[in-house]
Amino acid sequence: MKNKYDIIVVGAGPAGSITAKTCAEGGLDVLLIEKRQEIGDPVRCAEGVGKDALKKHIEPDKRWIAAEVKGSRIISPDGTQILMSGDAAMKDVGYTLERKVFDRVLAQKAAMAGVEVMVKTRATGLLRNNGNVSGIKAMYMGETREITASIVIGADGVESKVGRWGGIDTSLRPVDIETCAQFLVSNLDPGEYSEFYLGERYSPSGYVWVFPKGGYTANVGIGILGSKSGSIRAISHLQKFIDTFIPHGKIVEMVVGGVPVSGPIKQTVANGLILVGDAARQSDPLTGGGIINAMDAGKMAGEVCIKAREKGDYSVKTLKEYEDRWRATIGKELSKSLLVKNMVLKLTDEQLNQLAHSLDGMDVSTMELSKLLYVLFKKNPKLLWELRTLFN
Amino acid sequence: MSVNVNRYKCGYCGACVGVCPVGALELVETWIEVDNTCTSCGVCAKICPVGALSVVK
Repeated sequence: MKNKYDIIVVGAGPAGSITAKTCAEGGLDVLLIEKRQEIGDPVRCAEGVGKDALKKHIEPDKRWIAAEVKGSRIISPDGTQILMSGDAAMKDVGYTLERKVFDRVLAQKAAMAGVEVMVKTRATGLLRNNGNVSGIKAMYMGETREITASIVIGADGVESKVGRWGGIDTSLRPVDIETCAQFLVSNLDPGEYSEFYLGERYSPSGYVWVFPKGGYTANVGIGILGSKSGSIRAISHLQKFIDTFIPHGKIVEMVVGGVPVSGPIKQTVANGLILVGDAARQSDPLTGGGIINAMDAGKMAGEVCIKAREKGDYSVKTLKEYEDRWRATIGKELSKSLLVKNMVLKLTDEQLNQLAHSLDGMDVSTMELSKLLYVLFKKNPKLLWELRTLFN
Repeated sequence: MSVNVNRYKCGYCGACVGVCPVGALELVETWIEVDNTCTSCGVCAKICPVGALSVVK
């Protein structure tokens, strides 16, 4: 580890590794630090991802693809099923990843591009020069160090200390976070579709997911809105679901975590500072999915860092291009998802059943989500009136 | 004022760190550290997926 780099990236998840790799490919001198001693472990994710979106960043590899899925099955509280499959629903549909391997491979690719990777290295604060962020204070194996850089990238996930140190309030209210638990369950045949169980019956203001993971296993998880947590925990709800619906399942791994569902936050850049991925609250408020957004944002951030280096200007004036780009793309989708999420939160189990029944006799299997929402809106305008702005 | 972390229960996921309004918590590998800026507001305890945190008044 040197004392000076062009870019320091804090956090070696997908957002951090893609940012670091993009910067290095542009000729920048990059340090990528990860506070854990093992990149990708422990996992904090349901591991589902769309195929086409992923292929924009990395060629699929059987080392980190646990299973392929043909589509999604949405299950309403009374058990009514809506099948979404084929090319239209999820763009050639998706994979369940093996994040422990996937994250490590992304970091390795960054390293191969020239990035210096340091594990067991934790950022403990930011350095400043004339008010601008100019590096980090770090701890490696119990020793403190100061490392300077022109830009610090906060890719430190839901915990997001870098943003706060840089003056960006990233703190999440309970209503802005899904508190999640997941078991890797063995001794079941989950089929070839990802399943989503909606309604209070399964989860308070969230959903239960069952993602096939290959070899008679599945990621079975639950997210409940933080504001509904307290008296009963995510882990208790999940155990109840398993006991009720998958009593023969054998639990072989436990995952817990928090997913930001706040939608776009006000600010993700400061002088010498950029936030990406979960740290920038770029996960989808409706689905909780964040891997692709994190990678897309990382690519944009890296490209803007390269431009900043060319101009020799690391101020907000230059870095704002990242902010503008992600808001015009990822941000727009997040805002739409937030609108849908806020409406879904108000629906009772009966109303969810009504929506599912309104599709009786219709083949929605090849519809994209936006088209499906439109069909639901047309059939249930009073119930879904808040969504009207989506279709203008 | 502070919070107690039951380290036998904690899944060291960091969700509590993300919701702390004053940034008093830090996840270091497999344990949560609480600094003296903690106001015992209880938000961290509320959202913990496994109920590993409790407020100390």
